Amino acid sequence: MGLKRKDLLGLASLSTDEIRLILDTADSFKEVTGREIKKVPALRGKTVVNLFFEPSTRTRTSFELAAKRLSADVINFSPSTSSVVKGETLLDTARNIEAMQADIIVLRHSSAGAADTLARGVKSSVINAGDGWHEHPTQALLDLYTIRQRGLEFKGLRVAVVGDVAHSRVARSNLYALTKLGAEVRLVGPATMMPSGVDRLGATVYHDMDEGLRGVHVIMMLRLQLERQGRALFPTIREYARLYGLTAERVELADPGAIVMHPGPINRGVEIAPDVADSLSSVILDQVANGVAVRMGVLYLMSEAG
Amino acid sequence: MALLIKGGQVIDPGRYVGMGDVLIDGGKIAAVGRDLPASPGCDVIDARGLLVLPGLVDLHVHFREPGFEYKETIQSGSAAAVAGGFTTVCCMPNTNPINDNQAVTEFIVERGREAGLANVLPIGAITKRSEGKELAEIGDLHRSGCVAISDDGKPVMNSLVMRRAMEYALAFDLTVVDHCEDLNLAEGGCMNEGLVSTELGLPGIPAAAEDVMVARNLLLSELTGARLHLAHISTAGSVRMVREAKARGIRVTAEACPHHFTLTEAMVHGYNTHAKMNPPLRTGEDVRAIKDGLRDGTIDVIATDHAPHAAQEKQQDFTEAPFGIVGLETALPLTLGLVDEGVLSLEQAVTKLTSAPAAAFGLRKGTLAVGADADVTIVDRHAQWEVDPSRFRSKSRNTPFAGWKVKGLVKTTIVGGRVVYGSAP
Repeated sequence: MGLKRKDLLGLASLSTDEIRLILDTADSFKEVTGREIKKVPALRGKTVVNLFFEPSTRTRTSFELAAKRLSADVINFSPSTSSVVKGETLLDTARNIEAMQADIIVLRHSSAGAADTLARGVKSSVINAGDGWHEHPTQALLDLYTIRQRGLEFKGLRVAVVGDVAHSRVARSNLYALTKLGAEVRLVGPATMMPSGVDRLGATVYHDMDEGLRGVHVIMMLRLQLERQGRALFPTIREYARLYGLTAERVELADPGAIVMHPGPINRGVEIAPDVADSLSSVILDQVANGVAVRMGVLYLMSEAG
Repeated sequence: MALLIKGGQVIDPGRYVGMGDVLIDGGKIAAVGRDLPASPGCDVIDARGLLVLPGLVDLHVHFREPGFEYKETIQSGSAAAVAGGFTTVCCMPNTNPINDNQAVTEFIVERGREAGLANVLPIGAITKRSEGKELAEIGDLHRSGCVAISDDGKPVMNSLVMRRAMEYALAFDLTVVDHCEDLNLAEGGCMNEGLVSTELGLPGIPAAAEDVMVARNLLLSELTGARLHLAHISTAGSVRMVREAKARGIRVTAEACPHHFTLTEAMVHGYNTHAKMNPPLRTGEDVRAIKDGLRDGTIDVIATDHAPHAAQEKQQDFTEAPFGIVGLETALPLTLGLVDEGVLSLEQAVTKLTSAPAAAFGLRKGTLAVGADADVTIVDRHAQWEVDPSRFRSKSRNTPFAGWKVKGLVKTTIVGGRVVYGSAP
């Protein structure tokens, strides 16, 4: 039993069965990451290439660790050390990597659709590690894993996603997956941060954070890109923090057992108050830990499918 | 040498519609009518079962020369034009160097003459280097052969500069053409803003980016009395405002492109770079509005915005790939599709490809009037064919219509009395 697809480009195109299969597979690898010797031979002899066109420490490290724990050979490519700067197209770069017998290419790119373009052009499996504002499927999968780990059911689950949804691939992937799994998704933020027509994707938009948080089981905070202040999305960090920052008082509005999530890296005191980030309801570090297991699951299933 | 086109269905908008013959002599139209006698030694084209039209006129092409000859040259672009039935094309000035001076204009005219296929007419820049700051030498551009002025893809954002350009152009009765796009509203966008852009995570260009500039240009045309032509309008809002402006007597003409009345933003799914153009493909509602505008005459002209790009440019990822598609070799059948759909009568469709564009720029083209240049296009209205980009005469293949089954095939194209494409007598 595996995934019957060459690539993992996004969660919009995944069935709920496929999502559950990935989460279940991650479960079995979660056990491995707790052992003394955290390594299994599942991907021995396979080559995983991390092709990161955008700077990223945590996602790349997480994929690298996941691949190494599966005994794959891992190569890291990033634009500054490759020939991309010389005007080579994405496809040419990827074909060169493919010629080195890469089995799986993990792609991070600043343009939406880059993973789709790549997947069409190469025979290797492609895993999207974030493309522009489009999708970041493994992040959403680790979010789902973390939610499930806390014993929460997806059906009827109320989730508030707070912040700059328009420019967030994490928000889109979570929106697609959570609505498929039967959760109610609320998007909280000013209209400048809401993408056009998003309500037609099954979400409800709230401009008032207090209203949006009332009774939710999961509060998912998004990182505020501080440089967007100059792009007229919000007036000042001070006002943003006041209107859309998560404080202990606001957590009180949610369901008593609510958990607080954040894809990181966090801006303490901006979108999330330090005491909330460090509180018992915060599962932010669990997310990071689960990321490795989920990515092991994805890499394993992709290598089986390929 | 005389040439007689016999027995076709002649459609010369507003002049002659019906079965008839067209006699060409000395590169001019000599007569149009029934049962014209063939003088001795006169060549005869048998046009029975075919449409005989004035040569098609395209107000909006990018032939990329000088500067981007790897995409298209005036030679290859002209070959594509006549293969698509177009005998007159107007070249946008966004070449390198930009056509903002007499030397570039003369170069384009000369290259067009050397190609010896279509009538290649340059459009000059409105401002120097199309920077939107200082007026180009519009008088010189006019004198050396420019038939209109436009900064096309780099629309004049400064309203005062646009006002001055309109006023100044009055001296030469030159039409001012604007690609209506508020660059601030559109900034960074690469497709229509809406549900599809949200799903795909692509930065959007709202319809308002076009509408705002259409409104401004209409107001400035009203203020100055200038002749305004709106390039490739794509939104319901634009159509509504142009309709209202025409009713109030503003001197405006508008064009639409075949892709904007044929395709919607849904075509972008899968990050299809052949569905990336500017203005972007819009919603079904916009497409309906464009068709309504074509039907009721709000939109006068069908133009291609023929924008060739090399394969490697369109193979980049969606946000990096350049805007634009080629259009010269598919425009006629797509326009005839509107006739089959019942949107336009055959005569209306021909008008929007011939006499209406000629009138918008004041060209003595697009007609079979006696004494006019003998530019004629002969079309098999019912021939079905499949669009195969590898057979294009254009250097570039960037079309979203590959594999489409279309109806309406150009059989013969005649420019200045000379057969430049298709079957000769």
